[in-house]
Amino acid sequence: MTELYQTQRTMRRMRKQAMDRGVIAILDVGTSKIGCLVLRFDGSDKFLGSDSVGSLAGQSSFRVIGAATTRSRGVTFGEIDAMQETERAIRTAVQAAQKMANVRVDHVIACFAGARPRSYGLDGRIDLADSIVTENDVARVLAVCDVPDYGREREMLHAQPVNFAIDHRSGLNDPRGQMGNSLAVDMHLLTVDTSAVQNLLYCIKRCDLELAGLASSAYVSGISALVEDEQELGAACVDLGGGATGISVFIKKHMIFADSVRIGGDHITQDISKGLKVPLNVAERIKTFYGGVMATGMDDREMIEIGGDTGDWELDRRTVSRAELIGIMRPRVEEILEEVRLRLDAAGFDHLPAQQIVLTGGGSQIPGLDGLATRILGQQVRLGRPLRVQGLPQAATGPAFSSAVGLCLFAAHPQDEWWDFDVPADRYPARSLKRAVKWFRDNW
Amino acid sequence: MQSVSPPQHDPAPSRWSYRIHRWWLTPFYRRLLRVGVPALTMVGAVVWYVSDEARVTQITDAVSEAREAIEERPEFMVRVMSVEGASNELAEAVRNELALRLPMSSFEMDLDAMRQTVKKFNAVADANLRVRPGGVLAVEITERQPAVLWRHADGLSLLDAEGNMVAGASLRADWPDLPLVAGEGAEREIPEALALIAAAAPLKDRFRGLVRMGERRWDAVLDRGQRLLLPEKQPVAALERLIALDKGRDMLQRDITIVDFRNPRRPTVRLNTNAVHELRNIRDTESGGQPE
Repeated sequence: MTELYQTQRTMRRMRKQAMDRGVIAILDVGTSKIGCLVLRFDGSDKFLGSDSVGSLAGQSSFRVIGAATTRSRGVTFGEIDAMQETERAIRTAVQAAQKMANVRVDHVIACFAGARPRSYGLDGRIDLADSIVTENDVARVLAVCDVPDYGREREMLHAQPVNFAIDHRSGLNDPRGQMGNSLAVDMHLLTVDTSAVQNLLYCIKRCDLELAGLASSAYVSGISALVEDEQELGAACVDLGGGATGISVFIKKHMIFADSVRIGGDHITQDISKGLKVPLNVAERIKTFYGGVMATGMDDREMIEIGGDTGDWELDRRTVSRAELIGIMRPRVEEILEEVRLRLDAAGFDHLPAQQIVLTGGGSQIPGLDGLATRILGQQVRLGRPLRVQGLPQAATGPAFSSAVGLCLFAAHPQDEWWDFDVPADRYPARSLKRAVKWFRDNW
Repeated sequence: MQSVSPPQHDPAPSRWSYRIHRWWLTPFYRRLLRVGVPALTMVGAVVWYVSDEARVTQITDAVSEAREAIEERPEFMVRVMSVEGASNELAEAVRNELALRLPMSSFEMDLDAMRQTVKKFNAVADANLRVRPGGVLAVEITERQPAVLWRHADGLSLLDAEGNMVAGASLRADWPDLPLVAGEGAEREIPEALALIAAAAPLKDRFRGLVRMGERRWDAVLDRGQRLLLPEKQPVAALERLIALDKGRDMLQRDITIVDFRNPRRPTVRLNTNAVHELRNIRDTESGGQPE
């Protein structure tokens, strides 16, 4: 545990360094595309106190000065499986973004969709020594949380305190300075496969970049696609990506659950490719131009030339009706949404006070998806686009970029995590001598 | 038949082109390449060129030749020297002292040094030197004006109003207009002497000169051997009083040798021997005695 703690702290320190230097890159490693944004922190929030959140939660302090996307290679289900290919794709994106920004970037914050995220709810309780809660008490209560055995091949990605309680008062955001006898905390822990994280780390290192942060893309797209009220009252963000569909549930502005379904837009493309017997790139083009999930009578008459490159005239002049295309796409989309429904039910999404569901990600652009999603997920479904941030090119404002934009917001104003608090002194044997000296000096 | 499409171009930059691009975006390397390398190349070229002795001498020769060619252009040559504001003897002396070999380039002249040389002459109060267009070196001299004639152990000298030496003189008769001062230390108190002389203007016909006595006070000497002994302090006021007395009583017309004003409250008069006898006779007669 201590090792990971150190890695996360190192990354946090890197992030501080990058903020001081003023330039940081955002890398969204997805299955269908890799996006890179270069942010400049010009420090309009620099002079606000460290306690205050800053105007617009830090959104006004940065500006996107470079943006580039490239077709992803070597990534499946949101995980890297061909390292060389992925490394090349990352290099392409980073170089293009650097060129646009005309500045060299050394630090990068990355997010990825896959790696089988799993959520755990943790809690801990301590009796307070003084009646006033200090930062050290918060660290102590975080440290006493009993960590479940999440497996050896897993690693903590997020560990966020989501709720504090003092005696009988629960629902506290920040317990510091309050009085009571005991302090309890609820923590949300998200673990992912170690190998996926290590592959990503290796790829980024091969690109001469330093990793300054790592996030789950379900989480960050939730940050950017959900509006503040939804985050406060309870909502789920469904990020329909290329290879995986991320689900994150928010309440009281904290993520309390995240999961991912390993089906995405690429599977729809594959279905079209198999069903119509066309190459994958043609299938992708047909999907984006003519795709849909709600068939109407008009669609029977709208014929799509699917073409081909075989040289066989009969084969290359085929046409299908749009209704047929919808007939291929719809079952797969339904499957994805059913799977999402299952995961949300398993997480107890029904018990939230508000049950808004926001669909975002590239897959959410399928026409008629909101109608279909309403039938499967419930009435409160809307399509979400990412928040507007300064300097973002028009081409990068679509729902496919919600995780990249969310990562910008995450970089500007990260949530407190477990490792942001110091290890309480009684759990840290290396300091014991120093403590003895300090005690001696204080008392003599 | 299958159409053969060319292998797809890989858009990804190679590892090295990626690195070089990143270097190029680093401000330090960028500055190094855009400023440092050209500067280093130029410095290297200059050093290589200078490393050969022959080339350096060639350059210095060419430079000095060009310099000489410019300096010796007729526009910069000085052909004539004119001395203005000085008497002929002084002008001649200045010419001899400067001893310029004309024509000469104005670049070679050190006007400041020449000015100092000219100013060393006693008779020169101030001097201005400049090269006028047309190749004329103009020496404008302000001469010292002799104010008094000073008689001292070695003869006669001319002094100006501040007591600076102007020139020697051979005969008193050459400078009949100038008042005469004498005595030890007289040359150091010339302004006071001039004030006294101005105050003695009513006695001008009889005035012969001033004598400094014991380096502290003045005697005014009139003809017929008369002396006016003036005090150390405020001699001018004393002299004016004396002149007023003279006007009222015609004192100096009488047979007096010395008027002693050293103590202004108690002026004393010394009579001639004859005058003394005469005075006694008059007193005796008045008192009824027999005249001698």
